[in-house]
Amino acid sequence: MDWDALRLSLSLAAWTVAILLPVSVLAGRALAYRRFAGKGLVEALVMLPLVLPPTVFGFYLLVAFGRNSPIGQFWQEMFGHQLVFTFEGLVVASVIFNLPFAIQPAQRGFEAVPRDVREAAACCGMSPLAALWRVELPLAWPGVMTAMVLTFAHTLGEFGIVLMVGGAIPGETRTVAIAIYDRVQAFDMEAAGLMAAVLVGISLFTIAVTYALSARVGRRLS
Amino acid sequence: MSLDVMARAEAPIPLAAEFRVDPGELLALVGHSGSGKTTLLRSIAGLWRPEEARVRVNGDTWLDTETGVDLPPHRRRVGIVFQNFALFPHMTAAQNVMAAMARGVAAPRVEAERLLELVNLAGYAERRPAALSGGQQQRVALARALARQPQALLLDEPFSAVDRATREKLHGEIVALRAHLNMPVVLVTHDVNEAQFLADRMVVIEKGRVLSAGSTAEVMSDPAALRAMGLRELAAMLPATVAEHSADGLTRLDTATGPLYLPRIEASPGARLRVRIMAHEVILSRARPEGLSAQNILAGRVARIVAGEGPAVLVHIAVGEDEILARITRRALADLGLAPGDTVHAILKIMSVARDHVAGAV
Repeated sequence: MDWDALRLSLSLAAWTVAILLPVSVLAGRALAYRRFAGKGLVEALVMLPLVLPPTVFGFYLLVAFGRNSPIGQFWQEMFGHQLVFTFEGLVVASVIFNLPFAIQPAQRGFEAVPRDVREAAACCGMSPLAALWRVELPLAWPGVMTAMVLTFAHTLGEFGIVLMVGGAIPGETRTVAIAIYDRVQAFDMEAAGLMAAVLVGISLFTIAVTYALSARVGRRLS
Repeated sequence: MSLDVMARAEAPIPLAAEFRVDPGELLALVGHSGSGKTTLLRSIAGLWRPEEARVRVNGDTWLDTETGVDLPPHRRRVGIVFQNFALFPHMTAAQNVMAAMARGVAAPRVEAERLLELVNLAGYAERRPAALSGGQQQRVALARALARQPQALLLDEPFSAVDRATREKLHGEIVALRAHLNMPVVLVTHDVNEAQFLADRMVVIEKGRVLSAGSTAEVMSDPAALRAMGLRELAAMLPATVAEHSADGLTRLDTATGPLYLPRIEASPGARLRVRIMAHEVILSRARPEGLSAQNILAGRVARIVAGEGPAVLVHIAVGEDEILARITRRALADLGLAPGDTVHAILKIMSVARDHVAGAV
């Protein structure tokens, strides 16, 4: 069992969720309530990682983050090391790749809050921020939570992008999914099987917790 | 603390309306669905901005497209009851009410209990909206609107989502609550009966335009308004006092011109009521008729006769200080030879007065 890889995977998933939580709330809310020019285009772009093969997406990210790219050079100047083949690079790639999982369910969650309830919040004297906190979030919460669980679970299992952008550097970018692949390549089926089982366990646990929580929210509202 | 509203717009619906509501006064915006009445209400609350508009409350400008003033809804002190109540489903009744209170309120919990009691909901403070009936939700919505200590109270078809019996009850409660309200109140409704019962003044809106405006009695006898609302809505409000309940299931009311029998009314003797008498239900007779099944015969004097374009005329009959309206044909008018000043008897079937056409006095 490669505990380093598991720690890395969990850490990557946690960072991705932490960064995407505010993005999920703000972008999901904006897409649900606002009308603006090019909204359809934005929605399509957000969904793009869902339909692109991970290797294709990973390839473009690799090019975009590479030593010769503006982003890569900027990172090198700011932090003194490059972005690709590092944990930070993985986090950035993971955040981008998880945008559809983080935004779409949150958007559905916010869309489920009736317009007159949101208007009532404003007419009760709540500022937009207060209304978000006291009315919209409590009601859109199941959607936001689904978004975060999907993001977490999906990051744990992501393979193609991690391999393309991160390589498989032990302790830096070799996540569980890649470690499993490595073990299989080395005919170490026992280790691969154990790690696969641990991943299944974590995923089941996350989903069970989500269902339990959303059932509680559902009971509260009906 | 009056409310002045002016709104003009081309889209999404053409709008050209202007009205004023005085403190403590209840103005009904009456019109069919799609007439623009709700849009007018929403522009007062700041939920919609017409191309050209002015909303002033008590001298404060909330909206003036000319000078660019446009306060967002949360900065307009307005209480609004939405058609479907729009309660916060994750909060209890008391929390819903407290959600609308300003920060400075000293004891919000106590104040919430007081407001819930005011709308006859004491004991329901801990219920969530899902555990309340439609009528109870409506009361919470009203308490929440009042909790904002609004400078204007806006009611958007607040009785349309509850059943008929509850609506009648709520009408009575609104009438009673009026004594506690000192802000301008705007009621949007398509129900002329409701408007006539609850409102001091009416503005009839058709296709975004003010068709008729004035006191309820004025509007209810304005042919233009009635064409829009439907001639069968034409009715007068007759004040009456409950005299006694008789054993045969009727209630005797005393009016300025004699007794009026109606199907049993749930009110104790001495209670002052208003009865809505539909103009097309009234039969006129010069002599006091005998041998007639209709039991209500009210004597009065023809005040004026208004002819419209159609085959009917509207006869205003003065009974004491009040008026009854009778809608009869030109032919009948000619046969009777009625003229202003003549004595006439208005005949009304007991059963022609529906239960929801009786309400408490303002």
